[in-house]
Amino acid sequence: MTTPALPALRRTPLRRLAGVDRLAVAGAVLLAVVVLAALLAPWIAPYPEDGGSATHPLEALLPPSGAHWFGTDQVGRDVLSRVLFGARTSLLIAVAVLAVSGVAGVVLGVVAGYAGGWARDVIMRVTDVFLAFPALLLSLALAVVLQPSVTTVIVAIAVTWWPWYARLTASVAASVATRGFVDSARCLGVPAPLIVLRHVLPNSLTPVLVQLSLDGGGVILTAAALSYLGLGAHEPTPEWGLMVQQGQTLFTTDWWVVTFPGLAILVTAFAFNVLGEGLRARLAR
Amino acid sequence: MTLLAAEKVTLAYGTTAVVHDVSLTVDEGGVGLIGESGSGKTTLARALLGLVRPRSGVVRYGSRDLAGLGRTGRAEFRRAVQPVFQDGSEALDPRMTAGASITEALTTHHRMSRAERRDRVDALLADVGLDPALAARRPHEMSGGQRQRVAVARALAVEPRLLVLDEPTSALDVTVQARILDLLERLAAEHGLGYLLITHNLGVVGRLCRTSSVLFAGRVVESGPTRELLTRPAHPYTRALRDAVPRLGGEPPRPTGRTEAAPATSGCPFRVPCPLAVDRCRDEAPLAREVEGRGVACHRAEEVLGHVSREDRDAPRQ
Repeated sequence: MTTPALPALRRTPLRRLAGVDRLAVAGAVLLAVVVLAALLAPWIAPYPEDGGSATHPLEALLPPSGAHWFGTDQVGRDVLSRVLFGARTSLLIAVAVLAVSGVAGVVLGVVAGYAGGWARDVIMRVTDVFLAFPALLLSLALAVVLQPSVTTVIVAIAVTWWPWYARLTASVAASVATRGFVDSARCLGVPAPLIVLRHVLPNSLTPVLVQLSLDGGGVILTAAALSYLGLGAHEPTPEWGLMVQQGQTLFTTDWWVVTFPGLAILVTAFAFNVLGEGLRARLAR
Repeated sequence: MTLLAAEKVTLAYGTTAVVHDVSLTVDEGGVGLIGESGSGKTTLARALLGLVRPRSGVVRYGSRDLAGLGRTGRAEFRRAVQPVFQDGSEALDPRMTAGASITEALTTHHRMSRAERRDRVDALLADVGLDPALAARRPHEMSGGQRQRVAVARALAVEPRLLVLDEPTSALDVTVQARILDLLERLAAEHGLGYLLITHNLGVVGRLCRTSSVLFAGRVVESGPTRELLTRPAHPYTRALRDAVPRLGGEPPRPTGRTEAAPATSGCPFRVPCPLAVDRCRDEAPLAREVEGRGVACHRAEEVLGHVSREDRDAPRQ
């Protein structure tokens, strides 16, 4: 018996887009705006030099106007420019934390899930120890020990973030490892590391990717919290959490200093969450 | 010549043994292993494939213990013995095209040029009756029958000597089942393959296997020439299975007793649903013995053999 050849089914980009959830699209668009703002900050910021250590004492605390859409801060820097440059810091932190903790968690998780036995026990117990600490507390303790800087923030958050990915990946990989195609690869004599790379890892990755996009918002919030507490970025680095902290005492008189960076945090965290939620809903279907 | 054999193999998950003391030999013809779901047949297949280690007993490849094989011996075993699982959609990686799945089998033991690989993939797909254009499809873009054919092609790619077929057709439509069985029969003849066919379907075994074993609750209760087993069963369980097969024009099947009842843990495991059970069956587990050219584990095998007509069995039992 021969099967008549059908034209191969292909997913066109258009068809893929039409199927994607509206929520995910909204999140992706919002996030794209933030990413563009970060990438183009030096060109689109009205006062690029205000992203750094410039000061203009004579223009301090001007309310929003045509010249300064978001007003100016205590030392006369354009708040809009600093919010745009701040997107770079926040996204850098988010990407770095998610990359470091995602890679570490996925590698450990996939090994634990596929190998099982004592390897799984050792990896999962270490993971449990990290999960036993409240995440923010552990990040705080680490940030206190290390010098306050953007790198410190990345390290401190990544340390508390990877165990979630390890645990998630381990449970997914353990169930993938029982699938028939893994057995059939074992029966072919494919070496274990290749089975993990070729079959277990690609088939375990989707839920982790969803979790990563959901977590982007959380990382940005945590980074802002650390900087707000003075344990992260410091002057003159444009960082939203730091700007909120510096502006909070002025809230009743000069509301724009704290409001716009606060909104930036809100919008970015919201975009990540909506995108992740949309992806999750799509996968569940 | 014996290719693969289980010798007194016991398999367990945790503390629960699911296969007890089973011996089974697969030579160059077709051998059947018959059992219902839960009888331990898939677990036994996994042990024969070297996927799980027996709690006790030995799985032999040729004359060598599977557990003691070194690197090269193991590679040789992997090339010689290939599985075909129940469901092609499970046995194929959902993210790989049919061509990639078959290529993986081709390149695991041999280096091959790109052109050589493509030719072999095309030839294998044609061999299992598929259009080579299907190489570009992923499992979800194929029908169940096509997936199972790809799984067979992948198994054949390493040029094995023996196939372990674990319910190879039970996930398929009846008409497709027949075609897959035709295919397996033809391939086995053409390639000189031995095979172990694991199934709950007596018709399939009757067609493809010279000898068979019947598994109940992890024990071989009867084994011998398939034709003998089907026409003159010597174990009440074999008889119950045979009588449960519906026949065209015959009376509706009347299952003998409740074969799905939990197996007894002492004495004969089949004594609860068995219509012939006597006190001895409760007190003493029957050992496999030779009765009229077959092995059977039943105290009353002789009576079963003299008891086969449909009319005089099933006397009401209180």
